[in-house]
Amino acid sequence: MAAATQTLASTPASRRTLGWIRDNLFGSALDAGLTGLVLAALVLVANPFFTWVTETAEWPVIRANLTLMAKGRYPIEFVWRIWIVVGMCGLLAGLLFSIFGSWRSRPSLVTTVLPLALMAVPIISNEARMALAAVFLAVVAGQVAGVFGPERAMQRAVLWYLVLLWPLAIVVLRGFGDTGPFQLVPTRHWGGLLLSVLLSASGIIISYPLGILLALGRRSSLPILKTLCVIYIEFIRGVPLISLLFMSVTMLQLFLPAGFPQIEGIIRVGVAITLFSAAYVAENVRGGLQSIPAGQYEATWALGLNKAKAMTFVILPQALKAVIPVTIGQFISLFKDTTLVALVGITDLFGIGRAVLGNPDWLGKHREVFFFIGAVFWVMNYTLSYGSRKLEQALNTDNPGRD
Amino acid sequence: MTTQAPPEVRPPFWRDERIIGWISQLVTLGVIVGVLYFLWHNMVTELRVQRDTTFTYRWINFEAGFDISESLIDYDRARTYGRAIVVGILNTLQVAVLGIVLATVIGVVMGVLRQSTNYLVRGLATAYVEIFRNIPLVILLIFWYQAIFLKLPRLKEAILLPGPIFISIRGVAVPWGTPTDSWGSFLLSVLIGLALAVGLGMYLKALRDRTGRRIEITLICAGAWLVWSAASWFVLPQPLTLTQPYLDGLRVSGGHVFSPEFMSVLSAISIYTSAYVAENVRGGIMAVARGQYEASESLGLTRLQAMRLVILPQALRVIIPPMVSIYLGLTKNSSLAVAIGYPDFFHTTAITTLNQTGRAIEIFLLLMGVYLLFSLITSLILNYYNRRVQLVER
Repeated sequence: MAAATQTLASTPASRRTLGWIRDNLFGSALDAGLTGLVLAALVLVANPFFTWVTETAEWPVIRANLTLMAKGRYPIEFVWRIWIVVGMCGLLAGLLFSIFGSWRSRPSLVTTVLPLALMAVPIISNEARMALAAVFLAVVAGQVAGVFGPERAMQRAVLWYLVLLWPLAIVVLRGFGDTGPFQLVPTRHWGGLLLSVLLSASGIIISYPLGILLALGRRSSLPILKTLCVIYIEFIRGVPLISLLFMSVTMLQLFLPAGFPQIEGIIRVGVAITLFSAAYVAENVRGGLQSIPAGQYEATWALGLNKAKAMTFVILPQALKAVIPVTIGQFISLFKDTTLVALVGITDLFGIGRAVLGNPDWLGKHREVFFFIGAVFWVMNYTLSYGSRKLEQALNTDNPGRD
Repeated sequence: MTTQAPPEVRPPFWRDERIIGWISQLVTLGVIVGVLYFLWHNMVTELRVQRDTTFTYRWINFEAGFDISESLIDYDRARTYGRAIVVGILNTLQVAVLGIVLATVIGVVMGVLRQSTNYLVRGLATAYVEIFRNIPLVILLIFWYQAIFLKLPRLKEAILLPGPIFISIRGVAVPWGTPTDSWGSFLLSVLIGLALAVGLGMYLKALRDRTGRRIEITLICAGAWLVWSAASWFVLPQPLTLTQPYLDGLRVSGGHVFSPEFMSVLSAISIYTSAYVAENVRGGIMAVARGQYEASESLGLTRLQAMRLVILPQALRVIIPPMVSIYLGLTKNSSLAVAIGYPDFFHTTAITTLNQTGRAIEIFLLLMGVYLLFSLITSLILNYYNRRVQLVER
């Protein structure tokens, strides 16, 4: 009965700011000393760094080459085609969020507002601002369609769109014919961030099904198939990507019959990246397949499903869902690895950076250029890994127990 | 009432799983062999048309004709291609071994710091890991090289540290030891000491198993080996003589000069890999259940004893397997040294030798073979370790 007469205590000291500082920064004598040390070190390092960023560094090199770094030598009069592709991706993002997630969730809202926020960046052109507004409208359209459209039909539509987006994007970017608004832009003119993203996306999209097939092949009971898959996977995983890239660039043409048209450099590099990534995806999927309890396989036999149906409807969905975090980590790695193509002469974002530094106008601006390029990569990768963590959390909450 | 097993009914052969399996395998094999033969045939015809040559490795013994900027063994342009390739392999191993050591040290420190109770320390370690896991290694490498090491002052205005150590655009010159006549005997003595220490360890282990007394085997053996090595150092006449670097006109003589290429590759690779090591160590520490800490405390173990006897062995079981693939990744990443001209294995073989001889197929086979060998050795070590420490389950 004494509880009824207790007054409500105010928030205990440890939960308020001063209390937090005391606990987390000065918890013990050692902690206090460490805090002092770290603060001193931070000031020592941060001061020259900020001075460099704001005063010493010469940033016009970035502003002058921004379009070059974004799209390489893609003709300026067809840049609207790149924006169309960005808009299509925005539409897809809006649809995915509203159909398979919640349009109100924070990642969804951030994605919707992002094009608007980017419009405020001072150094981009006004045409780019208009294009960003169009992308924003595309994302919103996707969200609206997902919220108000019939659910089953929208799900199917989105999955079809997902499958067709990449080929469609390639067709829009590359074009066809000699004249007209959609005329051919050969792949050797693609460059910069456009090329980096495209190479990674292509690598991911093609290597994922390939990797799944390899993983299934490795687990198969047919000895020849299994040996071939094992040889491929272990071979590719044992060598560095740079050697595959060099091999592909110097030797791919040799393996084709004489008189075969010259394969464009970007395609050679894309083939190498895809084959490389497929082996790693295969190992990830194999890990996922191994984590499925035997009871699932037995249940499929009990239900009379043949191997193909069992795999497609029961085993693979569980296996792939279990390894989503690892797979996204692999894709982040792939995006970082595409910078290696600069070493075989393909001008992706990193390659353009090196080319810019070769321009006599911008001699010696190494720190500025590489800091900027590094920052761009960092922002994109950090966003991807943050998204992966959020996705993992979201998926874990719908999985209360196993078996 | 007994029942007989039902007679085995085989479906007709076009639906029999086993037969279909074999037929499809043979067909796949046939297709793959056919495709490989087609590719190989194209390549051979092209080579015959272009270069009028066949597949051979005889060129390994021809004179190389190019210089390599740094090498651990004697090399000049009159030596063979084979020797150039060995120089490359040694350079790669040098960077890989030092990189692994540095990355492990930094990574373990960062991983442990991420668990600290101090917010600032924890935040700093987290920032370090998040920064270096999200930028591509090539960019880090080129940044270190062009934005830092190539902006060091010229030799005349070199930064002077006590030692003497000269830091300039030519690299870092440090005092170094040159082997004398007794160096070989010293190395031999150290190896003998190692064998003796291992033998001592086996004896002590048997002693401990028999009597149950607590004997610190690792400490005693390591200490014994150190004492033996120190003794042999002082007994033998001066195995190493110290040379100090000094400015000799336009260059540095004496001592050892670590080139800016080597320093960039080493620092970039170590920092990049240390972020992955830190994540791995943190995962291992977190994988040990809280109950273990509490149980060891209730048993009366001090924090240090608990760490050594209870927590670390369990954490290591989780840490070591991915760690081995991280080390393998480091070795493969060292091939990126090609971006700044450090003569590692990939550079000397696939770039310079390929340019000189034009023998793409043979060289790439050699390249793949050596990297696969590294990979194989690493896998063997990993499997051996896994078998030793695996939890034996039902």
